[in-house]
Order: sequence, then C-alpha cells, then structure tokens
Amino acid sequence: MSAPPLLDVRDVSKVFTMGGVLSRKQIRAVNEVSFALSAETPEIFTIIGESGSGKTTLARMILGSDVPTSGELKFEGRDIAARRGADRLAFMARVQPIFQNPFEAFNPLKRVDRYLASTARRFLNARTEAEMEGPMDEALHHVGLSLKEVKGRFPHELSGGQLQRTAIARALISKPSVIVADEPVSMVDASLRMAIVNLFKRLRDELGVTIIYITHDLATAYYISDRIIIMQKGHVVEMGPARPILDAPQHPYSQLLKRSVLSFDDAGRGLITRSGREEVDTSAEALVKGRLEPAEDGRLVRVG
Amino acid sequence: MADDILTVEGLKAYYQMNYFGVEREVRAVDDVTMRVMANEIYGIAGESSSGKTSFIKVLAAAIRPPFRIVDGRVTYRFNGKPIDVAHAGEDEIAKIRWKHLSYIMQGSMSVLNPVRRVRSTFEDFAFRPMGLKRDAFWEAVEAHLARLHLEPGVLRAYPHELSGGMRQRVTIALATVCRPEFIIADEPTTALDVVVQKDVLAMIREVQQALGSSVVFVTHDMSVHANITDRLAIVYAGRIVEEAPTRTIFTAARHPYTRHLVASLPRIGDTSPKPSLEGRPPSLAEPPAGCRFHPRCPIAVERCRREVPVLEERPGGHRVACFRADEALPAEKILNVEEPLS
Repeated sequence: MSAPPLLDVRDVSKVFTMGGVLSRKQIRAVNEVSFALSAETPEIFTIIGESGSGKTTLARMILGSDVPTSGELKFEGRDIAARRGADRLAFMARVQPIFQNPFEAFNPLKRVDRYLASTARRFLNARTEAEMEGPMDEALHHVGLSLKEVKGRFPHELSGGQLQRTAIARALISKPSVIVADEPVSMVDASLRMAIVNLFKRLRDELGVTIIYITHDLATAYYISDRIIIMQKGHVVEMGPARPILDAPQHPYSQLLKRSVLSFDDAGRGLITRSGREEVDTSAEALVKGRLEPAEDGRLVRVG
Repeated sequence: MADDILTVEGLKAYYQMNYFGVEREVRAVDDVTMRVMANEIYGIAGESSSGKTSFIKVLAAAIRPPFRIVDGRVTYRFNGKPIDVAHAGEDEIAKIRWKHLSYIMQGSMSVLNPVRRVRSTFEDFAFRPMGLKRDAFWEAVEAHLARLHLEPGVLRAYPHELSGGMRQRVTIALATVCRPEFIIADEPTTALDVVVQKDVLAMIREVQQALGSSVVFVTHDMSVHANITDRLAIVYAGRIVEEAPTRTIFTAARHPYTRHLVASLPRIGDTSPKPSLEGRPPSLAEPPAGCRFHPRCPIAVERCRREVPVLEERPGGHRVACFRADEALPAEKILNVEEPLS
C-alpha cells in the first residue's frame, strides 16, 4: 500500500450554533468538504471564496484550531483533532500559518527577532542563542532577508513587505511541509503582492513546501495555483486543476466570480457594468440538493 | 478654464512636528499641480505612505495640526464662484460641505452611527444642507435610494442589520443625496468581495453619470482604476509622477514606476512571470534627493540623483516627471528576475 496522503480532508463539516435557548440557529459554515494533498508533489492549493464562504473556518480546522462537527482531517494518516501534548506540537511544527495583516500579526512593543526566537525555542527546542540564530537566519534567507537586517528592530521600523516576509520566515523556522496562508496579500500594495506570491512559488519549487493559499483574488490564484477549490456558503461548487477551471468555469457561481474580476481590456473606457448577481441562483437550497460530479479535465462540478 | 471644477496649484502640505525641540517635517504632499474637470472621474493611485490620503485630506478641507498647508492654492468653483479651501475660514467651508463637496469613506461602519437607524444618519448629514421641508426631504431621499436600487426600508434598519455591500451602497447614497458637484472617494471598495465590489463600482459610475458630478477616486488597486476612472494620476512619495487619460496609463505609460505597476498586474489567462518591485517606498521625512524614485529605478542615471524632474506636458493630455521617459525599459530589468534560493 502506498503512503498516506500528507493531508487528507474527508467529508468535513462545521456547524456553529448561534443564539440562546429559544432562538437557536445553526449555521453550516463548512459542508462536506473532501480533498487530499499528496506528500510527493508539493503544490499551491488554493481555496477561493467570498466572505462567509467558510474558507477561513476550513483553514482553522486544517491548523487544528477548530474541531470539525463531522468528518475527518488526517495529517500523515493520523487524526489532527486527536493529537495532544508533544504530538500536537510536532504537528504544529509541520503545518504553519501565515496571517492576513502583517501589521497586526506582530506585537508592536516587542522586537521582531524575539518573535522568531520564540518559534525556534518552541519547535526546535533551541536553548542557546547560537542554536536559535542559525535556523532563524536560514529561514530569513529563504525570504530574501537576513538576521542582521531584522535583529533588534521593532515592527514599525520595517516596511509592510519586510514584515510579511518576516512572518513567512517565522513559519519556515520549524521546516513545515504545509503552510496555510489566509488572505496573505489582501492588505498589501500591488507591487508587494507580486513579491509575496512569487515567494510562494519559490517555496514550493525550491523547498518543497505545499501552500494552502486562501484568497478571493482570482487573478493571483490563476498566476500561482496548481489546484483550486471554489467555495460558496460552505459548499465546494467546483474543484480541480486551477487554470482550466479559471479559464472556463462551469458552475454558475464560479462563472459569476470570473465575470466579476475587473479586466484591463477596456481600461479607461468607463464601461463597468453590474455583476448580474441577481440572475445566479445563490440560494442555500440549490447547494444542499446538488452533488459534486466529475467533469472533463479532472474537475468536479456541483450539479443540481 | 471654465470647465475646471477644481484647480490645485503648487500645493505643499507638510506634517510639522516638534518633539523636545527637535523639528521634524514630513512632506506628504510636495508641489502638486493638477485640475479636475466637470463630469469626470479622476483617479489617484499610489502605494501606502505615498501621501495620497494626505492629499485628499487637503481636497476635503479636513486639515488639522500637525498637518498644515505650507504653500499653494486649492480652488473649487461651485456655481462659478471660486473658493480656495486652503485659505477659507471654517464657516465658508461648512457652507459647501456635503451640499457641493462630499466624501465616500472606506469603512462604512465608521460613517453610519451603529446605535441609530440609518434614517437618523441621513437626517444628521443631509437635512440642513438640502434645505427642504421635512416631507419633501424624505421624498427626495427615497427617490435617491431608488436610483441606487435600495428599498426605502433600509432607512428603518440599523447598520449591523445590513450586509457589507448594502452598507457601502447606503454610504454612497448618503454622500450623493444632496447632488454634490464634487465627490471624494477614498478606497470605497477595498474591503469588499469581488462580486460586491463590481456592483458598487458600477453604481458609483451610474450615480456620477446621472448627477454629472466630478469624482476623485483614490485606491492602490490598478484594476479598479482601469474600470472606473477617466483620467489617472500616479503618486509616488508625495508627488505626481505621471498623469494621463486612464487608457494611456495602461497602454503607453512612460514613467518607469507606472510601467512597472502595469507590468506586474496579474491577469487571468496570462501565465508569464510577473515582476515585483524591490526596495521600499521612501520615507517622506527624509526623501531621497533628485527624483524620489531613483533608488528603485532600473534605468536611473547620474542626473536623476541630483535634479528633481518636473511634470512635463506631452501631447494627448499626458504629463510625466522623468528624465528617462523616452528610454526603453529592458525586459530583463523590469522583470527583475529573482536569484534562486541558496
């Protein structure tokens, strides 16, 4: 038998219960999502969706910060939610997060290198300064910085780009095999955005890190992704190879998303029109009834 | 010119601070000259800390210490009557605010009072400037909401009961209900999802066309500029480095910074490697001498380090501030191919 996949997500659902005793309301944030990431071929796996599509909840479950209501998430064949103590720490070293806003991820009153050192202490069991600084410097080199540049600096002394790179370096210290990046570029400027996504490509190609890239930006997703899943209200509506899907989406919701991407063909002509959201059936009933069916070029599309 | 609704001449606006006897000056807006014509959408693009927000603070006449105007004039012309907001008194500005000059902000939640219904926010902002009787006022408000495809029912809602896109539409309705001649829009769609963003942009365009107003639209997102603006100014470190009809910016930009911005845009269907600009935006407290872009510019020469290029007029309403504007940008330089990891 072949080795288990790196990450195996099977029929995962998450239900949040809101309200009090009398007005209890259940919200299905994630509904029966399944996919697997292979251990042999690192890839950029993109999860696309609007706010409320459940993409962040799914990311939290992959990181082990949330427990699914039903279904299983396995990392290297073992259930993520069941890991405790040292076992959980070992898992956390292998699956690392990067957050949306680099300015909020760092404590403004602490020096940036302290944040890196605490990661080295925790995951590499480094005790002396030399033991910590080796891996820190190496991780910073992977993102185009060096320890000399960030040592002793406070977050406000670094530019947004340097901070987001430092946040990525921090995630690399424990030599993870998966990085979960939740909207890592939505808060940064255009030129910086490309620096970050180019960096993800290099991490995949040269360090063999699989990146789960969560975004609502279809253009960067097209640029770097190997596979994508498109989510709507907690349901996967289309998944498979990234470029064929984004070139010719089949599910009405994926088509709506693609139509809404601002193009440059008519730059300056002022021809912008509405998205036509009203014509697409975005009701939850249509989604619940539908199921994912295989279509051409290896993609799955939800049909009603 | 009769067609201009706003003329900015030689505007310098600095943050001047004095800590323990040490003077510090941040030149957020440094020698800006531009004009906005009637019935057009004028875009301002730039990175964060390029001074674009400071610039629109001046345009909105919202200048508070330590920010102050050092030099220049900012003249609006409403009903043929000029008013220089850089030097006008508070009461003169209060007369034009909201009725002639209004503002669409980024965070809709910070405009709408969270503990009061939308109705009372409309009353607070618009009742006095519109100068109508109560019944006529609500009739006008409802007619305006209908223009933005909003039900009159939103007036009874509290802000938290509305979705993000709906709230942003309400703030647009609020900013345009007095039919102002001039609207300043500061990143109004940055926090929105793609589908909602497109609807909100289309709506801003529709309202602008219907009212014939002028809009100054600020965002760092070039794809938004491509779709909504008529003319576009690129701001770098407190200065306009290039200004042209939007189409020209996307097809025939001349400033190396603009050319880089346009070349780095990811597009669906395009898999070619995209460049990223190295370095960081300069500090506005100690901007580099000469052209402020020269430390990051791939084709800078000695002259760029010494002299400040002026914004020169070219044919087709195109202005560029660059000594090297006619030089070709070698592909390998603009692509800035990164070295492999060691």
